[in-house]
Amino acid sequence: MNTKVLMKGNEALAEAAIRAGLKGYFGYPITPQSELLEYISRELPKRGGSFIQAESEIAAINMVYGGAGTGERVMTSTSSPGYSLMQECISYIACAELPCLLVNVVRGGPGLGTIQPSQGDYFQAVKGGGHGDYRVIVLAPNSVQEMADFTYLGMDLADQYRNPVLILADGALGQMMEPVIFPDYNPEDHKVDHSAWATRGKPNDRDHNVITTLHLVSEKMEEVNLTLQEKYRTIVQNEVRYETIEVDDADFIIVAFGLTSRVAHKSVELARAEGLKVGLLRPQTLFPFPTNILSELADRVRGMLVVEMNAGQMVEDVRLAVNGKIPVSFHGRMGGIIPQPEEILDRIKLVYNVNEMETA
Amino acid sequence: MAKTRGHISIDIDECKGCELCTVECPQDGMAMSTELNRKGYHYALLVEDVCTGCTNCALVCPEAVITVYRENKANKTKEKVAVITDVRDNITVTVS
Amino acid sequence: MSAASEGIQCAYIEDLDEVWARPSTLIETTMHYCPGCGHSVVHRLIMEVIRELNIQEIAIGVAPVGCAVFAYHYMDIDMQEAAHGRATAVATGIKRMLPDRMVFTYQGDGDLAAIGTAETIHTINRGENIVMVFINNGIYGMTGGQMAPTTLEGSITSTTPSGRDLAMHGHPLKITEMIAMLPGAYYVTRQAVNTAKAVRKTKRALMNAFKYQMEGKGGTSFIEVVSNCPSGWKMTPIESNQWLENHIFKNFELGDIKTPPKE
Repeated sequence: MNTKVLMKGNEALAEAAIRAGLKGYFGYPITPQSELLEYISRELPKRGGSFIQAESEIAAINMVYGGAGTGERVMTSTSSPGYSLMQECISYIACAELPCLLVNVVRGGPGLGTIQPSQGDYFQAVKGGGHGDYRVIVLAPNSVQEMADFTYLGMDLADQYRNPVLILADGALGQMMEPVIFPDYNPEDHKVDHSAWATRGKPNDRDHNVITTLHLVSEKMEEVNLTLQEKYRTIVQNEVRYETIEVDDADFIIVAFGLTSRVAHKSVELARAEGLKVGLLRPQTLFPFPTNILSELADRVRGMLVVEMNAGQMVEDVRLAVNGKIPVSFHGRMGGIIPQPEEILDRIKLVYNVNEMETA
Repeated sequence: MAKTRGHISIDIDECKGCELCTVECPQDGMAMSTELNRKGYHYALLVEDVCTGCTNCALVCPEAVITVYRENKANKTKEKVAVITDVRDNITVTVS
Repeated sequence: MSAASEGIQCAYIEDLDEVWARPSTLIETTMHYCPGCGHSVVHRLIMEVIRELNIQEIAIGVAPVGCAVFAYHYMDIDMQEAAHGRATAVATGIKRMLPDRMVFTYQGDGDLAAIGTAETIHTINRGENIVMVFINNGIYGMTGGQMAPTTLEGSITSTTPSGRDLAMHGHPLKITEMIAMLPGAYYVTRQAVNTAKAVRKTKRALMNAFKYQMEGKGGTSFIEVVSNCPSGWKMTPIESNQWLENHIFKNFELGDIKTPPKE
């Protein structure tokens, strides 16, 4: 029986990564993810892996590129400004199809911003962020338990699809302490054979392996893009994950991810207590986005409210999914402020009976 | 002939006509062709029978298209270009 | 291979031993480099060393953006292409995952001494046990001949049309002397490939560097090769090599800058 332990989100993620067979961690300190880096610096070297505190986030993500190119399990973690710095290489990693785990413990921006929690990196995380047409699988935990669970899942998805996987957390999830149970997981059972492409030295019986993202012939570059897009379609078909709460009889839906979904859950309870049939849909994967379930729900509810800790980012994807069938309202807080259950309830009451298209 | 006899062969279609070998030949035995090769370059040639097999031309050739031959003096046992043992364990490399 | 249509034939070639031939580790293809470019020579030398040390199966190269970005078309070993400036970070990731492999970077002056300066310094400062090959030809060849950090004062490039003005553009960066100061630098040398003699010395330096990596005792080995760029300098290959002797080597003196302690 696996025991429950009380841990910070950042530390639970770090511990899960090591248990999942992490061989290389390359990172740079930034609040509010530094505990993750510190935990791994303490634990990974004595458990068979390599840790480097790099000279910058740019160096760190390029070490990830090199390490991932050997087929070993590697990761980095950072917070928003650091994730911005990494974007160029994430584009390279996606193009070269290198498996790796990325963690962005989001803080409030733009600019240097604040170290308080935010979801302002949704666009950067989900829509690419770097140059060119690529996708990163984005997992959005909302508890310390999921910080751990999604780390195992992320490592597996990265290996399975040869794609970078991002855990999009926020400052509060990283810092909060909750009980967590680490599942039985033997990395050996999850090993994927990368020998066909990984650069580990060329045996005599095969051609040399080359990891590159440079294809000057237009037809070849388009072919690379088409292959990537085909992979992304497979990911969209197979890997959508979400949680629903009280949606069966609901006639109004809140959509929220990560930390905000926990607040929204409370708002659902408050609304139900007042007789309002409100449910919650929580995307656990932001790419691929749970478009189909949102479209289905839109056929039978009167409206939706998207709650985020930003100026309205995921709401665009919800509106695309709903495609004008029902009004989709938005409630957001910024600057590191977490919305309160009551203010969300007030917002619901405002739009519950009003059949109008709201714009934030 | 007191000098060591040598010779070179040049993959002329791969020559880019940089002329660096002609300057480097200590015997002044090389020159550029009047003809053009497949790539459109005047290519390097050995034009005088003075080659000693010193390898200078091959060493400066960016395209690595010159192969060098040299007489085996007094028909001694053929010497190897390089003697290599498994260097991962024990580094011994002799390049003659 | 075509036979020569002019030039002298050799009647006694069967009696001769082959004493120099293209290394098998250099892939049989035409390199994209301009005629007379030193890049091709250094590519070949690295491949000769890898063949002679019998490390083809454990060698992993990293070539970042720059003229040498296509090095993987020519080197018959596993290779990674890297983003501009990041080769040593990528090499660090590889070496840390596979410490028994022979890892090297092949970088130009823009890559190693401008955009990648931080990575260069910190990789060497960590004493990563890799070989760094640094081609200094004082110009951005691939993008059309712009000023490099190593461009000499007064040199005309496409972004210094009146010559490099120190007040406007700063000084030529002697990064090799800078990194030699770092405790993590084990072997630092500056070589050239403009003559057969220089080629022999550069090969010896490369051989030493890879041996040091195998022995794994010191830190980073760093080989600068001061090279030419006939196209960028707007010279013939022969003129460019003369320019090296008459001007460049006076500013970038050849020779060992830091050698391993004698045992």
